[in-house]
Amino acid sequence: MKYKSQAVAKLYFIAAIGLFLGQILFGLIMGLQYVVGDFLFPAIPFNVARMVHTNLLIVWLLFGFMGASYFLIPEESETELFSPKLAIITFWVFLAAGAITVLGYLLVPYASLAKWTGNDLLNTMGREFLEQPLPTKVGIVLVALSWLFNITMTMLKGRKTAISLVLTLGMLGLAVFFLFSFYNPVNLVKDKFYWWWVVHLWVEGVWELILGAMLAFVLIKVTGVDREVVEKWLYVIITMTLVTGIIGTGHHYYWIGTPVYWQWWGSVFSALEPIPFFMMTVFAFNMVNKRRREHPNKAAVLWALGTSVMAFLGAGVWGFLHTLAPVNYYAHGTQLTAAHGHLAFYGAYALVVLTMISYAMPIIRGRAANPERAQIMEMWSFWLMTVSIFFITLFLTGAGIVQIWLQRISTTPMSFMAVQDQISIFYWAREAAGVVFLIGLLLYITSFFVKGESKAFE
Amino acid sequence: MSATFTKSMARNVFYGGGVFFFLLFLALTFDTMKVLPTRDNSQNITPAVAHGKKLWETNNCIGCHTLLGEGAYFAPELGNVYVRRGPDFIKAWIKGQPTGVPGRRQMPQFNLSDADIDDVVAFLKYASEINTNKWPPNIEG
Repeated sequence: MKYKSQAVAKLYFIAAIGLFLGQILFGLIMGLQYVVGDFLFPAIPFNVARMVHTNLLIVWLLFGFMGASYFLIPEESETELFSPKLAIITFWVFLAAGAITVLGYLLVPYASLAKWTGNDLLNTMGREFLEQPLPTKVGIVLVALSWLFNITMTMLKGRKTAISLVLTLGMLGLAVFFLFSFYNPVNLVKDKFYWWWVVHLWVEGVWELILGAMLAFVLIKVTGVDREVVEKWLYVIITMTLVTGIIGTGHHYYWIGTPVYWQWWGSVFSALEPIPFFMMTVFAFNMVNKRRREHPNKAAVLWALGTSVMAFLGAGVWGFLHTLAPVNYYAHGTQLTAAHGHLAFYGAYALVVLTMISYAMPIIRGRAANPERAQIMEMWSFWLMTVSIFFITLFLTGAGIVQIWLQRISTTPMSFMAVQDQISIFYWAREAAGVVFLIGLLLYITSFFVKGESKAFE
Repeated sequence: MSATFTKSMARNVFYGGGVFFFLLFLALTFDTMKVLPTRDNSQNITPAVAHGKKLWETNNCIGCHTLLGEGAYFAPELGNVYVRRGPDFIKAWIKGQPTGVPGRRQMPQFNLSDADIDDVVAFLKYASEINTNKWPPNIEG
């Protein structure tokens, strides 16, 4: 570790992995509720499990992004973090807020939670992914500002690289667009329209800047390829991200009361959204092929290459599958959407955080790379999780196609619940793949505790 | 990538492209907001609809259902449920939950008053009259 203050990242990474485990456990509960409808009812109704599942995902990724930037920015800026103390305080505030929020979801009826937390002052709750009570939302803003402040101050007193600039820009966008979560007009169409300014402009916009910067950083480190080359790629990739992704928001504006012209804008631009992801794949493999050093951390290289491929498949290919308006007319709001969501989030964001953790954690723990046996276990966990989420995606895709056929295309359309019974075999298969994913994740966690002779720094 | 295309050129294209497309997005947004009143059924937003929306949110209905195709995919689409089932069925359904049928998906009992349920129905009626470009494809949602 070049700078002592980079060590604060460790706290963030541990929390991220812990919450990731929680996310998967709740995912398994929901997966079972799809086929055994009354499982854990009324203790944990589906909507509560889903809130916990998706909110934990968002929070652990944010922990991952923050931890990654506290590691990355000092190294890029060639200076200590502006305030490690602030980073630690922010960590505990965020963790406490997250824990209290999840406990609130689990222990209190949602309507009471809303009443007690001041939702009457400003209605913001009860919208998908933005279910957090008002104080939690304010907390997220404060945490993001503290993070942004700390990182910006660090950058200002040190070297300014393209990677740190892009990362900071991504974080700024994350903070700014989250502010739209406070805007919830009674007009449902406007509500939905600006809801996407948080959800879409995060995951298909500014988060991709963070993703690109983190991937570029790790690739420089593990391949030794010239920074000029890597950073030029980074700029070209994120240019394509914004060029396609901003207007690409239009693919959510087909059927929610917005004008017909969005079907054209949305279809054309979002059809181009796979391009930056494909470039990312080409970029990652190119850099690794042109490597000028053999980094002892082989696991980190695997995660990095995995990110580029799975992000392309999940966000690019599975996104394209249902993005054209005439296709989306039938696919909108089916299991196909869920299939895309799972592979895209795993491929792009879960994997890039795990890539950073894989690269940074050994260094924080005082070695260039983990012992051989630990790395092998880590790589097994990569394959188990990656293959099983791919199968989850395939099963949900199967479920989605049959669902669309029976419910929306057939000349004698069946009702929603009747169709759900017909496709339960897919849900059982998905649940089985989910168990494999959990095994992969447990193996991943175990790999941190494997002892052995580790690779020292050169 | 070719050597004549330098990093600073790439950076300028990034800033230029990002700003241009964001401004274009703002222009489209501006136009959408102008056109919306002809499509969004906002003339029918009454205090009952507003209260119904709030109840929809504070009971986390979106955690299981979709509304105009957005939400969770565990329970039926409700954007057109007013047309599919009618107000009386919806009221009876909400009051009758959970069904308690073994192994079936269960909807919680939200303990809403009759007046509250009327407002939820008013909200669902308003939602069903938004111009959604003929989505969903059929009544089943």
